Amino acid sequence: MKMYVCIKQIPDPNTVVSKLDPNTRRLVRSGVSLVLDPGDESTISAAISLRDTIGNSELTAVSMGPTSTQEAMRRALAMGADRAVLVTDPALAGSDALSTARVLAAVLKKEEPDLVFCSTESTDGYTGMVPGGIAEFLGLPQLTFAREITIEGQKAVIKRVTQTGYQTVESQLPAVITIASGSFEAIYPTMKGIMGAKKKPFTQLSLADLGIDASEVGEAGARERVMAIGKVEARAAGQVIKDDGSAAQAIADFLQRYQLL
Amino acid sequence: MSKTIWVLVELENGQPARSSLEVLGKAAQLGSAEAIVLGSNAAAVAPTLGEYGAEKVYIHADPVYDTYLTLPAVDTVSELLKQHQPALLLLATTYDLRDIAARLNARNNMGLITDATDLQFEGDTLQVTVPWGGENIVTAAFPEQGTGIVLTRPKAFGLERQEGKTAGVETISPSLNAASQQIKILDRVEVQSEGPSLEDASVVVSGGRGLGKAENFHLIEELAAALGGAPGATRAIVDAGWLPYSYQVGQTGKTVKPTLYIACGISGAIQHLAGMKGSKYIVAINKDEHAPIFSVVDLGVVGDVLTILPQLTTEVKKRKAQ
Repeated sequence: MKMYVCIKQIPDPNTVVSKLDPNTRRLVRSGVSLVLDPGDESTISAAISLRDTIGNSELTAVSMGPTSTQEAMRRALAMGADRAVLVTDPALAGSDALSTARVLAAVLKKEEPDLVFCSTESTDGYTGMVPGGIAEFLGLPQLTFAREITIEGQKAVIKRVTQTGYQTVESQLPAVITIASGSFEAIYPTMKGIMGAKKKPFTQLSLADLGIDASEVGEAGARERVMAIGKVEARAAGQVIKDDGSAAQAIADFLQRYQLL
Repeated sequence: MSKTIWVLVELENGQPARSSLEVLGKAAQLGSAEAIVLGSNAAAVAPTLGEYGAEKVYIHADPVYDTYLTLPAVDTVSELLKQHQPALLLLATTYDLRDIAARLNARNNMGLITDATDLQFEGDTLQVTVPWGGENIVTAAFPEQGTGIVLTRPKAFGLERQEGKTAGVETISPSLNAASQQIKILDRVEVQSEGPSLEDASVVVSGGRGLGKAENFHLIEELAAALGGAPGATRAIVDAGWLPYSYQVGQTGKTVKPTLYIACGISGAIQHLAGMKGSKYIVAINKDEHAPIFSVVDLGVVGDVLTILPQLTTEVKKRKAQ
């Protein structure tokens, strides 16, 4: 089977507070450490394990972003993906979710995938709108919020997370599947994997290679505009105490005072 | 002229989801609210939608929407959009509506803003308020003509009910495309949890990485149980596989607004703060006195959760028994 996983490089969510540049009104990416989205690590791992279970399959990592994204893609290869395709083009800066979906779908269309995996949403933008957009542009069904996946012949069956439990949902292949965060344990790359990643096929494409006009994407093609950036009103600081052995009493006193017990 | 705002109403076990009714109330404040409701029980709920703000309800009472996810609804709303040009399609952020929104956006080239906490019209321009990170609030807009989609943050709006208010009903009969009956629900499983649900609990006790390991999460559950509340978790420990996604509090998980929120071993990443900052009282226990969580607390304790939690659970039980 031809399997694909769409990934993203983002500012490290564990070290930085995401900031907006007041001039460009875009996410600040310079001077912050960039990593493969932690959610994608889990998604890549789910895809690798399915590839290995099904057998005779190939997994390709696909991404769109500045050239620094190569690093995140190398990590996907080190984890076990077989090859990588990166779309990078200066005209893509400022792309909205729809343009991102359009570009990724253009790559995937040429590849004729059986299965496309995405994380439910990225850990920086959180819109969660790219996978559904890709599915729509490819004309494929989307199986979303998957916490378990089974492939039976030309059918995919997933357990789909809901507010109150889960649904069992099926669709024919090809299909786009999104992975609910935390459902699959991330694989850590081995030294052998890291060394091997350098020899794996890595394709870099521009918008021209995909036949997409620069006016359809990037800031020029965005259908939403940031009009103003304001500051959040800070919550008044409360009292902070150090535990000297009586903290449990202090908390219980607090709860009692506000009738929370 | 009053703007027409569409709200696609989600049905849960045949009844309008609370989140959809909240959005409907907001739509009625913004202009003339019109609801679209799809599914076998659609006709029966139309009067309810009138009471919650809809002036008009489009109904298509067909069971195809109950069995097949996303695509039939996308087809029907797209067909309606060919006949009418509302100013806005307003949707609650739920699993099903997010899937529908993503495809509607791509199919109809609409423009879409997610995670909105407020909206208003300034003349003809819609201004959408979106919190960004912990520090900023962004005002976003659709520069182009045409209908835009806005997904609103859970619990951003209250319920507005006017008993006896009625809506005009239009029964629609869009063509149902067999090729769109692809994503089939085979089975629905409700997982019964003890105590109140995370969204409805008046007390939430959440745990983060500071618990050290998954096995220590029982300390959170025990304090939650003692307080009659629900246990929650950060994305970090959900991502680490300690707990299922349904426990996650934060921008991506559940937004909670309990009376009391106790954050245990949680540093206070922006994405977590976004999901709980609306709580009335916030208590936090964390080893690191510089943890960002302490900037939003009413009472913060610098200390070890593994020591303090069992003591606190015992103390709460003792005082409640008195």
